[in-house]
Amino acid sequence: MIQVGLGHFLVVGTLLFTLGVVCVITRRNAVAILIGIELMLNASGLNLIAFSHYNNKAVEGSVFVLFVIVLAAAEAAVAMALILAIKRRLRTIDVDQTSSLRG
Amino acid sequence: MNLSVPDLVFYGVALITLVSAVYAVFSRNIIRAVFALLGTFFGMAVLYGLLAADFVAVIQVLIYVGGILVLLLFAVMLTGNIETAQSSNRSSGLWLGAVAGMVLLALLLPLALKTPWQQSGAGEYTQTTASIGTALLSSALLPFEVISIVLLGVIIGAVVIARHRRAADMEAGK
Repeated sequence: MIQVGLGHFLVVGTLLFTLGVVCVITRRNAVAILIGIELMLNASGLNLIAFSHYNNKAVEGSVFVLFVIVLAAAEAAVAMALILAIKRRLRTIDVDQTSSLRG
Repeated sequence: MNLSVPDLVFYGVALITLVSAVYAVFSRNIIRAVFALLGTFFGMAVLYGLLAADFVAVIQVLIYVGGILVLLLFAVMLTGNIETAQSSNRSSGLWLGAVAGMVLLALLLPLALKTPWQQSGAGEYTQTTASIGTALLSSALLPFEVISIVLLGVIIGAVVIARHRRAADMEAGK
């Protein structure tokens, strides 16, 4: 255990991003895939803020992450509407069974 | 080996964040997964606070915990069979996921640790709200305006997609 620096935050961000990717690949429930995407967005935000903090700038990273958070909220709202529409039409949100477009 | 209080807070909070993220990813029960995400989002807020981003920390709690998490819970409750919640988070492609995760870790961890990142000293712990407001109305004005249009589009789009159409409307092509 050493003094916490930039590398520590980058490692946490890396682990969170990897967990998000694994979640998106392995899960078959559309809501769980959404969870993986949120994890990846959080990891990117942590990296942005960490770089900004350790370069003596407080604001640039914060503004960037604010936009990321707003877009994440927008994406979650649209994704939930899509999931509800798919559920109503196909009676399932298992992404393996929503294969009407498969040739 | 002397650990200051912020260091201890970092190690504790990072552990909570990662453990609840692991639980959210691998839990068989989707409702438990969403609630485990609560720990991840709160942990991220504390990490933002440790990095002197106080405004972002508050926004993280407001939007992620208060907005996105509730939205995810709504999605779970409206789509899942509550009786069969135990098996509602089926997973497949575990080998592919494990391989992809290992490759990604092997690529990104050395990158994060070995690269000589540009650093010019840690920032001070001051309040950032005023300077963020100034930045949003000066240097970041264009994205600030564009994102309001994006949000308007999202509101209309979400309502249009989620609206329940009656069969007669769909036959008439409305």
